[in-house]
Amino acid sequence: MAHVSTYKPNSAIEKWMDDRLPVMRMMHDQFNDFPTPRNLNYLWTFGGILTFCLAVQMATGIVLAMHYVPQETMAFDSVEHIMRDVNFGWLLRYIHFNGASLFFLAVYIHIARGMYYGSYKAPREVLWIIGVLIFLAMMATAFMGYSLVWGQMSFWAVTVITNLFSSLDSIIPGLGTTVVEWIWGGFSVGGPTLTRLFSLHYLLPFVIAGLVILHIWALHVPGSNNPTGIDIKSKSDAISFNPYYTVKDGFAMSMFVILFAAFVFYAPNFMGHPDNYIEADPLVTPPHIVPEWYFLPYYAILRAIPSKLLGVVAMFGSIGLLLFLPWLDTSKVRSARYRPIFKWFLLLFFVNAVALGYLGAKPPEGAFLIWGRICTAYYFVFLLVIMPVVGWIEKPAAMPGSITDDVLGKKPVPAK
Amino acid sequence: MKIFASPFRRSALAVAGAILGALTLTATPLLAAGDTPAIPSQKWSFSGPFGLYDRGQLQRGYKVYKEVCAACHGLRLLHYRNLGESGGPEFNEAQVKTLAAEVEVQDGPNEDGDMFDRPGKPSDAFVSPFPNKEAARAANNGAYPPDLSLMAKARVGGPDYIYALMTGYKPEPDSMDMQEGMSYNEYFPGHQIAMAAPLSADSVEYTDGTPPTVDNYARDVSAFLMWAAEPKLEERHRLGFRFMIYLVILAGLLYMAKRRVWSRLKH
Repeated sequence: MAHVSTYKPNSAIEKWMDDRLPVMRMMHDQFNDFPTPRNLNYLWTFGGILTFCLAVQMATGIVLAMHYVPQETMAFDSVEHIMRDVNFGWLLRYIHFNGASLFFLAVYIHIARGMYYGSYKAPREVLWIIGVLIFLAMMATAFMGYSLVWGQMSFWAVTVITNLFSSLDSIIPGLGTTVVEWIWGGFSVGGPTLTRLFSLHYLLPFVIAGLVILHIWALHVPGSNNPTGIDIKSKSDAISFNPYYTVKDGFAMSMFVILFAAFVFYAPNFMGHPDNYIEADPLVTPPHIVPEWYFLPYYAILRAIPSKLLGVVAMFGSIGLLLFLPWLDTSKVRSARYRPIFKWFLLLFFVNAVALGYLGAKPPEGAFLIWGRICTAYYFVFLLVIMPVVGWIEKPAAMPGSITDDVLGKKPVPAK
Repeated sequence: MKIFASPFRRSALAVAGAILGALTLTATPLLAAGDTPAIPSQKWSFSGPFGLYDRGQLQRGYKVYKEVCAACHGLRLLHYRNLGESGGPEFNEAQVKTLAAEVEVQDGPNEDGDMFDRPGKPSDAFVSPFPNKEAARAANNGAYPPDLSLMAKARVGGPDYIYALMTGYKPEPDSMDMQEGMSYNEYFPGHQIAMAAPLSADSVEYTDGTPPTVDNYARDVSAFLMWAAEPKLEERHRLGFRFMIYLVILAGLLYMAKRRVWSRLKH
């Protein structure tokens, strides 16, 4: 792709294969001798970590599906059968359940890194857009997976979220109701809903895997961004991916797995809600229906807006807007390091996102609701106003001449 | 290259930290506390990364469950064989057979097409006290005694909550208007519970010298229900410890390898 191939077949078989399907050449050029900026920090290890998370979720999920029964009277008990009677079923299920949370933790760090160092800017717009699509597919998959447990929180989260589509009734009367009944496969969340959520929960990870391949492809055309945001200019700016980044990613991944294992073995239910150990009961509504922690910021946005339809639009819009980030940001400078004004607005945006998550777990009343509205407003004002305007008015700080200059600590060149 | 050496990298770390912080903040299950006091934490043999169940406590807890709770509450997800499995009360094989045989289990149909009752076997699931929810309500003044299989994971506080509930029966305050047949409990949401105080001193015979007090009964049955909800806890803690040692060594080796490989680069 981006660079001249350095692959040399060493044997007749490799030569034969190379003339027919050069898969070894691709592996060599893309994952062995791939020129990578020499100054990537540990935040760049999350790409590899996320690939690992996807692989773990798929591997454990395939085995769990061998024992799980997607049927409304048996689903809950089949999960408990896995926990109690399947060999290491408890381990598989706790890995899969906590894996979803860890996956989202990693993806949020990965997204924040991309935003801080301007990884979405030209020529990486398509790479970024595919990333947002992966994130959306992850959210859909996680939501459907959570429903499969068929506990009280699963059932009521599905009820609340699918019901959001009924807000379409305020555009065309009857449309929303029809859409919701179509999603449910009936007049309430029930057996048909569960089977289709199971089917799609099994399908979507393969869609994600396909998108990940495109994401890596789109990454390997321009190559990795780096903390300075400056392109590779000379040979000394880059190092070979292997061994430098394979070993660095490997170390970071082992640290991530330690955190992962700490949850799985010592606090497996920390990220869960106790109500989900009560079997789904359509006649009993839990006092507070809250989604999993990774959806809380969007839940806060949804509830901050008094109109149901506009709330739904804002919730989906908050993610949809990310698709346009490459054009909402008008600055030519990639890295927030050299953007003295933007940097602080962006860090506030991250704090704001965390605050929205906190507020999403609180009942939408009193001060919580007011703060929810302030934080929702900042979320959109940042993306739609601050990003373009700061790009126009900001004077970037002095930047190093090259990646090598930055690594060797040479004096920065003041901006023109 | 040093890890997070520059102030910019440090701010990136701060962001990562903020996200982690959000995780810990928001992941805590948040339920309406109302005017229910906080549930005090108890000391359990199974808490902490090395925690294991206390065999004797689980056996006593089973006795309390069987003689008191089982009159109204089922444990439908358990099988009698579980009572003999490692990491649980670990009754011996003969004891498990005897305990299972104490219940009548409906089996069949036989060759004549009739259902028949027979003594329970270790492979049988625990027999619930009522055939269905409606029968349970009818026998309990309209209130449904929930199945206890997962109770220790289905309430905030888990075993602490069960202990608090068992010991939280008090005379109602004068200001409280109690409904008929309800009891006042300090830790039950709304304070009015349909279950009358189930435990009283000396009601269950302990043969191992443990004082037969309400406090001990409550503690033992809470531990037993924790095991019922999480029967693989011991296996999890043991495997986790081995896995952690392996991971820490692996991470150390990878860190040294990383240092070594990166030292080839000229700075």
